[in-house]
Order: sequence, then C-alpha cells, then structure tokens
Amino acid sequence: MNYQFKWSVLWSGQSGSWLLQGVITTLEISALAWVLAAALGIVSGALRTVPFRPLRAVGTFYVEFFRNVPLLVWMFFWYFGVPPLLPRAAQDWIFNHGAEFWAGMFALGVYHGARMSEVIRAGILAIPRTQFEAAVAMGLTTFQAYRLVIVPIALRLIVPPATNESLNLLKNSSVALTISVAELTFQTRQIETYTAKAVEALTAGTLIYLILCVGIAAVMARVERRFAIPGLIARGG
Amino acid sequence: MADAAIRFRDVNKWFGKHQVLADINLAVSPGEVMVVCGPSGSGKSTLIRCVNGLEAIQGGDLVVLGESIVRSGVSMSALRTRVGMVFQSFNLFPHMTVLENIMLAPVRVRGLSATEAEKTARTLLARVRIPDKAENYPANLSGGQQQRVAIARALAMQPKIMLFDEPTSALDPEMINEVLDVMTDLAKEGMTMMVVTHEMGFARRVAHRVVFMDAGRVVEEATPDAFFAAPKSERAKDFLSKILSH
Ligand SMILES: Nc1ncnc2c1ncn2[C@@H]1O[C@H](COP(=O)(O)OP(=O)(O)O)[C@@H](O)[C@H]1O
Ligand SMILES: [Mg+2]
Repeated sequence: MNYQFKWSVLWSGQSGSWLLQGVITTLEISALAWVLAAALGIVSGALRTVPFRPLRAVGTFYVEFFRNVPLLVWMFFWYFGVPPLLPRAAQDWIFNHGAEFWAGMFALGVYHGARMSEVIRAGILAIPRTQFEAAVAMGLTTFQAYRLVIVPIALRLIVPPATNESLNLLKNSSVALTISVAELTFQTRQIETYTAKAVEALTAGTLIYLILCVGIAAVMARVERRFAIPGLIARGG
Repeated sequence: MADAAIRFRDVNKWFGKHQVLADINLAVSPGEVMVVCGPSGSGKSTLIRCVNGLEAIQGGDLVVLGESIVRSGVSMSALRTRVGMVFQSFNLFPHMTVLENIMLAPVRVRGLSATEAEKTARTLLARVRIPDKAENYPANLSGGQQQRVAIARALAMQPKIMLFDEPTSALDPEMINEVLDVMTDLAKEGMTMMVVTHEMGFARRVAHRVVFMDAGRVVEEATPDAFFAAPKSERAKDFLSKILSH
C-alpha cells in the first residue's frame, strides 16, 4: 500500500473552516427542514385519521405523492423546476439569497414530512378510539380534541421512531450537495479535491455525522423521558 | 310530558345491514334516572351514545333538551356541553393530571379562567370524595378513583343530563360501591341520568324506571319494583335469573 496518510490536511490551510461551515450549514438546513417536516407530518398524519373522508384523502395524497419520489428528484425539482415558474424579480431575489439552500430545505422538509406523517399516524392509531370520544363528549370540537388530546398523546408515543426519522433527515441533507449546497459532505469533497487526501477527508466527515447523530439521539432520549406518559412501561434512565 | 329531557321517537339505527336499534320510543323526564339493561349486544351502548351524537340515527327523531338533534346544522359540540358522558373504560387523558383533566373543557370550551376552573375542579373532587388526588396522573389512581374523576370531569361542564355506559363493569368488586355511591348522590341531587348497568341493586334503589332491551328493541319498560317483582317477558325473566343468580 503506497497511500501516505496525512491527517494534518484536516487542520492546515482552509480545511478547518470549511468543515466548520459545512457542519453549520448541515445543521441549519436540517433544523429548518425538520421543523417543516414535523409541521407537515403532524398535520397530514392527523388528517389521515379524522372521521371525514375528504380530509383523509388530502393527507393520503400528500404522503403518497412525496414519499414515493426520490429525494434527489425533489431537490432538482425545487432548485431547477420551481424558480422558472416565478416572476422575474422573484427569481433574481432568490438566486441572490441562496436559492440552493432554500430549495434543498424545502425538498428535505417536504419529503421527510411525508415520512414523519406515517410515524405520527401510527402513533394516533395506537390511541384507543374512546379517548377521542371522551374528548368530543365533553364539548371539544374535533380540531380541539386533536390539538389538545390526541396529538399530544401521539407525540409522546412516537419519540423513538421520530428520532429515527430525524437522523435520516440529517443524513439525507447530504443529498443537497447535488444542488451545490455547501453542507458537510460538500465540504469534505472540497477538501479532498484540494488535498487529494480522500480517506482523511471522508473520515472527518464520517466522524462528524456520527457525533451529530449520537448527540441528537441523546437529546431525543431525554425528551422521551421528560415527556413520558405516566403509567406506560418506563424506558431506561 | 311535552318537555321530556330526552325523547326517542321511532328511532332506528343500522350498522351496515345490521339493525341495532328498532323502533325505539322512550322519554326521560328532567330529574329522572333511567336504568337500561339487557344482554350483551342488545344495543344499550348504541342507545345512549345516540343521545350525545356519538352515533347518528337513521330513522325517527331524537329530541334532547328541547332540540331535535337529527336536524342538519345542529351543533354537536354545543349539545355535548350539556350532556355529560362516563365510559366503561374511564378514558381519562393519561398525559394530564387529574386537575388538568377536569379543567380542560371548562377552560377550552366554556372559556373559564384557569383560577375559576381550578376552584370548580377542586370542589368537584371533594364531591366525588378524592380531594387529595388533584395533582396525580391517572395511572397512579385505582380504577374506582379514575372513574370518580371521570364523573367529576363530566360534571365540570355543569351538564343537564349524564349518560353512563357500564361505569362499574371494568372495576374490581371492592371499588364498585364507591362509584355507585357518587352516582346515587348525583341522582338525589336531581340529575337526569341514563345509566347502562347490570348493578341491579343500584337499579332497585336509585332508578325511577328500568328499561330492558333485547336485539335492538325495548322489550320492557317499568318501575324497578314492577320489573324485579314480575318481569313480563320471558327474555327479561331469563336475563334476570342469570344476572341475579351470582
Ligand atoms: N361501530 C360498530 N360497527 C358495527 N357494529 C356495531 C358497532 N358498534 C356496535 N355494533 C353492533 O351493534 C350491536 C349493539 O351493540 P352495543 O350497542 O354495543 O350493545 P350493548 O351495549 O348492549 O352490548 C352489536 O351487535 C354490536 O356488535
Ligand atoms: Mg355496551
């Protein structure tokens, strides 16, 4: 083996600041997309269980449409497809304000929202129907019953699978490099290009993803314990 | 009896092709306690669930507190603030404390301030004889205590009618009486009640009228004395012999 390791490429030159920028961009795009995905997931997941068929159909349409198209295609769609449909001035504005970031964020959020939707729906379906009946029987509207009772219970039940989805979202943010979002994977490839040290650059990227994921999982585990429903089987800790 | 609290007029209901309520004619007067009994699957739950619109009827008319609830445009949530319901499975919300369970609808539906709602809630907890459980979660209460909280929660909306669907069937025997006692108090205070139950002692002591259902029909309707002393139908005799023999 002739390969000469040279780990110092990671902290000499601009590598360090590239990696840092990459991490920041990855966290920014993932956090915004996560908020979008959670909002879309909760609304569409809840819609799919309400006792009113047209609303269920809306939820189902969203989920099937967005989760059955590859994320990469959505990235291209939002980046190359959508802007030309906008008025000239809006196009100019977008391309001066990081169009690739916003396109990537929407693609990631909308795609993972459809997957989150399934998780939330499963959580709602695990709640006995009589809980909903008890809520409306005291005069709450269907909307209030969902907002105050059904969704809060479902969210507490789904923390583990939602954690899984959140980690997938973070990792999938790397797909945004295809539309030139300068996130972590993009930056590791840049280091590789400049230094020709692929193993070092990719190792750094891998470790950073690992640390981010383990960190998120730890936070979610705390959330799970903090909001656990008294009486359900206690989990760890 | 023009101003019955609840009046079923030729009510029919189907689940698909299966008729579960057939030609029901019943009236419950204000302040009256009606006990509904009958074999499993005879339509008792469906009957009282029609009263607060948890089930829709397909034929006939159902008037609750002076308003026909089959008219289109009737607000079910408004109706339900005036009709409380207690379920066999308690159905307390597990992520809320006892106090939060009781305060939810008064605050969110009636628009009471948290302070007012809490005051009422604590009064009600004293009334159902568990004043010291306000901060507990449902999971930390016994079944009997949970059911009494469920009653307090329904009463917090100051309903005119209370519906009970087998409120003691899920309870261990030693807890049944603590719930029946609360219901007896409520009856004495003049609450209009429809109670599905197999607690025949409760029916004898508290009910003004007993209705016996079988296969979706009201087979007998009588005072408790008349019903228990001399049931007219064979099916009621048969039912009573089974239920009273243990
Ligand atoms: N949601 C439903 N869909 C279809 N059939 C139902 C439903 N609910 C109840 N039934 C049927 O209606 C009949 C009456 O049920 P129910 O009112 O629960 O009886 P009871 O309370 O007297 O045991 C039963 O045959 C039951 O299987
Ligand atoms: Mg029943």
